[in-house]
Amino acid sequence: MSATPATPATPAASLQGTTLQIDAHCRYVLRLADTSLVLAQRLGEWVGHAPELEEELALANLALDLIGQARLLLTYAGELEGRGRDEDALAFLREPTEFLNLTLAEQPNGDFGQTIVRQWLIDTWQLCLYERLAASSDTRLAAIAAKALKETRYHQRFSSGWLVRLGDGTAESRQRVQRALDELWRFSAELFAVDQVDERMHAAGIAPSLTELAAEWSARIDADLSAATLRRPAALPYPWQGKRGVHTEHLGYLLAEMQYLPRSYPGARW
Amino acid sequence: MSNDWPLFEVFIRSRAGLEHKHVGSLHAADARMAIEHARDVYTRRQEGVSIWVMRSADIIASDPQEAEALFEPARDKVYRHPTFYAIPEEVKNL
Repeated sequence: MSATPATPATPAASLQGTTLQIDAHCRYVLRLADTSLVLAQRLGEWVGHAPELEEELALANLALDLIGQARLLLTYAGELEGRGRDEDALAFLREPTEFLNLTLAEQPNGDFGQTIVRQWLIDTWQLCLYERLAASSDTRLAAIAAKALKETRYHQRFSSGWLVRLGDGTAESRQRVQRALDELWRFSAELFAVDQVDERMHAAGIAPSLTELAAEWSARIDADLSAATLRRPAALPYPWQGKRGVHTEHLGYLLAEMQYLPRSYPGARW
Repeated sequence: MSNDWPLFEVFIRSRAGLEHKHVGSLHAADARMAIEHARDVYTRRQEGVSIWVMRSADIIASDPQEAEALFEPARDKVYRHPTFYAIPEEVKNL
């Protein structure tokens, strides 16, 4: 916030500042966690339905990597929150409005082309993000990012490979993947929409500058699009606020399926 | 779709192993995809540190019909096995 207090901060005010900082920190980590978790759940929906056995394994592998990231991040967010919620409580017992994932992650699978475009947009974003987060002043977050970065490099290799194969493929694959890109592009602005949480985290040296991130993401996206001979859609205004808990209708259905078992059978174990 | 994608043979070199060993085959549209599929299908439990793939169609194999002509003649040539040498007791690990 730009307003500077006229008088030195009182103890109460600084306590409030600390609470705000912890709250922002927790929300920031939850956003990363939820994006990975929700995307993993979507990828899991392909199991039993993928066009090829090998692709099914590939998508499930991506999902497992993302669940691994989500587990570490949710556990950390629970500790930051300090209300005794563990990874399972956060994953399975929160309502849709408490989920802070990017709106893009919750979008339906559509056809294989749409799944690949969604994956590639998020993989490229996570790649740019984790590269920077690995140097975060928050050492716990930096360690998680460094671990996730290795997986994400592979994810981006996989999804960009498919983007090029489909974009520069047959007339039908090209048409479908371009349509998916045009359809999903409107959710991409949210990846770099800065709010108070991002500002606080950046000021504390915990999170990277989203403006810098946007420039690098954009360059990588353009390089892949050019290889795939696809057209970059025009920038659109940003009406999506998944990371603030305002979601498209799709998230509710996704969570209903994901959370069904722990909610119907509380405390169930394997 | 499987019918459209060519078959590839997969060879994996394990952490301790020196040579690539044949582990199986899979379908893929191109070489890059074959490497990625091999990674997902055959190295997910840390089985390998290197992958080779090749199109199955590029393998030139011996003809099973010729097995007799190719391999039978070696059967009665026991002198080709080094089994007639006395091994001194002091020699270990031979």
